[in-house]
Amino acid sequence: MSRVGVVVFPGSNCEHDVVSALTALGGRAELVWHAETDLSAYDAVVLPGGFAHGDYLRPGALARFSPVMGAVAALAEAGRPVLGICNGFQVLTEAGLLPGALQKNRGLTFLCQPTTLVVASTRSVLTRGAAVGQELVVPINHFAGSYVCDDATYRALVERDQVVLRYKDNPNGSRGDIAGIANEAGNVVGLMPHPERALTALLGSADGRVLLEGFLAAADDAAAARPLVTAP
Amino acid sequence: MTGEALHRALGLTDDEYALVEGVLEREPNHLELAMFAVMWSEHCSYKSSRLHLRRLPTSAPQVLVGPGENAGVIDAGDGVAIALRIESHNHPSAIEPYQGAATGVGGILRDVFTMGARPLAVMDPLFFGPPDDARARWLVEGVVAGISGYGNSVGVPTIGGELTFDEGYAQNPLVNVLCVGALPRERLVLGRASGVGNLAVLLGSRTGRDGIGGVSVLASAGFAGADGATSLDEEKRPSVQVGDPYEEKRLIEACLALLDEGLVVGIQDLGGAGLTCAASETAARGGVGMDVDVTAVPLREPGMAPWEVMTSESQERMLAIVRPEDLAAVEALCARWEVRSAVVGRVTAPVPDVAGRPVGMLRVRQGFDGPVLAEAPAAALADEAPLYDRPRARPGDLDARLSDDPADEPAGDVAAEVLAALVDPAWAYRQYDSQLFLNTVVGPGRDAALLRLAGPGLPSSERGFALTTDSNPRWCAIDPRAGTALTLVEGIANLACVGATPSAVVNCLNFGNPEHPEVMWQLSEAVDGLAEACRATGLPVIGGNVSLYNESGGRDIDPTPVLGVLGLVERLVAPPPGWTWREGDTVVLVGPREARPDPFPLAGSLFARRRGRRGGRLPAFDDRALATCRFVAGEVARVCAGGASPVAAVHDVSAGGLAAALAEMAAASGVGLAWASPRGHAELFTEAPGRFVVATRDPAGLTGAAEAAGVEASVLGVAGGGRLTLGELCDLAVGGLAERRASALPAALGL
Repeated sequence: MSRVGVVVFPGSNCEHDVVSALTALGGRAELVWHAETDLSAYDAVVLPGGFAHGDYLRPGALARFSPVMGAVAALAEAGRPVLGICNGFQVLTEAGLLPGALQKNRGLTFLCQPTTLVVASTRSVLTRGAAVGQELVVPINHFAGSYVCDDATYRALVERDQVVLRYKDNPNGSRGDIAGIANEAGNVVGLMPHPERALTALLGSADGRVLLEGFLAAADDAAAARPLVTAP
Repeated sequence: MTGEALHRALGLTDDEYALVEGVLEREPNHLELAMFAVMWSEHCSYKSSRLHLRRLPTSAPQVLVGPGENAGVIDAGDGVAIALRIESHNHPSAIEPYQGAATGVGGILRDVFTMGARPLAVMDPLFFGPPDDARARWLVEGVVAGISGYGNSVGVPTIGGELTFDEGYAQNPLVNVLCVGALPRERLVLGRASGVGNLAVLLGSRTGRDGIGGVSVLASAGFAGADGATSLDEEKRPSVQVGDPYEEKRLIEACLALLDEGLVVGIQDLGGAGLTCAASETAARGGVGMDVDVTAVPLREPGMAPWEVMTSESQERMLAIVRPEDLAAVEALCARWEVRSAVVGRVTAPVPDVAGRPVGMLRVRQGFDGPVLAEAPAAALADEAPLYDRPRARPGDLDARLSDDPADEPAGDVAAEVLAALVDPAWAYRQYDSQLFLNTVVGPGRDAALLRLAGPGLPSSERGFALTTDSNPRWCAIDPRAGTALTLVEGIANLACVGATPSAVVNCLNFGNPEHPEVMWQLSEAVDGLAEACRATGLPVIGGNVSLYNESGGRDIDPTPVLGVLGLVERLVAPPPGWTWREGDTVVLVGPREARPDPFPLAGSLFARRRGRRGGRLPAFDDRALATCRFVAGEVARVCAGGASPVAAVHDVSAGGLAAALAEMAAASGVGLAWASPRGHAELFTEAPGRFVVATRDPAGLTGAAEAAGVEASVLGVAGGGRLTLGELCDLAVGGLAERRASALPAALGL
């Protein structure tokens, strides 16, 4: 079975939720402290939500300098699944692993509410198990979740099928209703909504399962593709 | 400044100064005086209320820790304990709403994790003046943003609260905050020092000049101007602390890790009265003394005098008592979380006094072996503030008020009255992370919040817990005793809507100036009302807070006791029914159709208040209401456990009466109801607690079960169509009700 590392920055706060969600789906997830510089033991990595380094300066701006980020970039480069949720998405854009940026919500208030997402592409490690056009109810929880990018970037995102999730009713002013994007290879994904909060009807929605199940399947694929290492 | 003038400037009376001299058997120096002034402040010592609070019942089999510690703790079963605490941050929020509210959240979280509990949720009861005024809007937006900014970032969900607008709070808003945490039972720790030679280690932020005199100058005096905290009190702004949620988040994780690894023998947060309070309280509880080296405290700015260091209320600090051999491990763990740690004190043996009794002395020194700058018995600071039995007087107009019953008010435009009661607080609670930890089954905006009892580091369990905060200043202004008792019934009814059985109560008593005899009468009556209601329901009070001097320009707020009630759900695997009924559901009023002694009392209702009526006879505390709550809680609990119940939707009758409850359910459902025969407008608007609107697809099953439980059930009608029709009195289109309810608050705030 694959191993998923869930990075903990000082100020992260969704790390336990992500571990418990992945575990509930049958995955194997472990917390990884941000000072770690080697992620080679992990088949996939999640940057969870929260306020890494207090979100001081601006969300993700300090976290991109955390020691772990070199290893996250290496993992991404190697084609293994990398998922940034909420604050994690902000960190991935600040680190240049995904294009564009997240700015303050239209309306200038924090928003914690359910949203309906529409799957725009299945060519990513997160959406591979879903169907294009499928609607998923997944909550958002952010102050700076309005996706922005320049015109050329936006055209490229659309042309290369990198927009993976859009809001049905745009809550925050994101360009093109974008809720989540992937890199060109589809192995690095960032989204503002929290799929780990939508795992069971008891908590309001189970629509996040198809996303995290896809991510775990991609992690398993990455594990299977590894060269076999014989234990000493 | 002479010594005498100094003690008054610090907030001590001449008599209190004489008492300090008696304790020390000499004249106090400036530092000692400053320390006594903060510890003997109303805020820290409860000197005006303590005599009364003793009348509250505090014991029950489930209580592990009662009032007096940092938080109350109950046994929730399955090896899990729940810690609960409520506080006020009224005065700081009136002066600086964002930081006042933010540091209120920070302070209460520390109270809870001090007990070894991981904070799991926060609730915020808020009270403001009418929102059509620029200053009120500034306060509302600032307070909500402060709770959102701090609470979300520190990583604790905010799961509800209250939002009340009333003229009485225009100059003196109330910002209360409740926190619940959970811990493995065996990790319970108490804030006490022990082990002579152990070290006192200060964790967290450096100490600055912020918040000096917060408890004495700010929290324990009213606002001078009739315009409240607008002009004359600007100079109090430096007494407001500034919060740093990122520091607090790391401090929480570091402290819980220290407790997990058994590296501390006691721990205490630094809140009101700062290091003086933490050092004297831990020493006094442990029956030991403590030496504090004032030069070892990490400072935010140079040149701070010892009295400033000892009384600063800088946020995000904890005092841990550590065995010397564990110090290196403590320092390493703190360094990992980037939390500053500094040894600032040592636990010392008590010394015999003249009568030979052991007395733990708090000594402030310049260097551990340097000169003693201040010396006083720790217990004298922490526990021996004078207790005041302040004069109480029944208000002169009480009888006139009680006999001024609004029963004679004509119905007026009933539909308009219903619409006015429809205000969805979502604008506020959408700004709070209400879902972190994946526990929130019912979040803000409903009758009560319902959460799974789970969290990082807790044993797994299918149990759930529910929380509600309730207050009713309209009732309590008329009759604080009956009003407070009814408020507890309202809390129990809210819990019943999510299937929870009440287990413990905390209270935040927000009152005016205790030097006004009418205010002391209100406080005493409210305590008696709460005590009576707790005895009638078998509920213990496990903690509380008293906020006095809520006055401006000599005008006191209406008595506002806020009750937090914690309930438990044995098995939580399915969400409870919501407010949504479906076409064809039978809608039933469950509970006494007629209150006692008057069938449909309007005293203390929103209906009466909107007509300027502030008198009359409140409904009596009613055992039938409590039986109804038990019945509803039992039925809903069956749904939560995954079983079947005839209850398909449920909402309790509270502010705005039956009419508002029905309109809220119709708005949530988008389906109407025709109730043919309400007995006049008083039945629509009376707010007697302990009654429920229940929708069912099995009316015979519901009424049969109610009858078997000895509970009244009256069928009102069948849900359907697009109109809410209440006899001849009201006929409203349901379409648009939800939008109207959603937009009411932003519209009132001019957003």
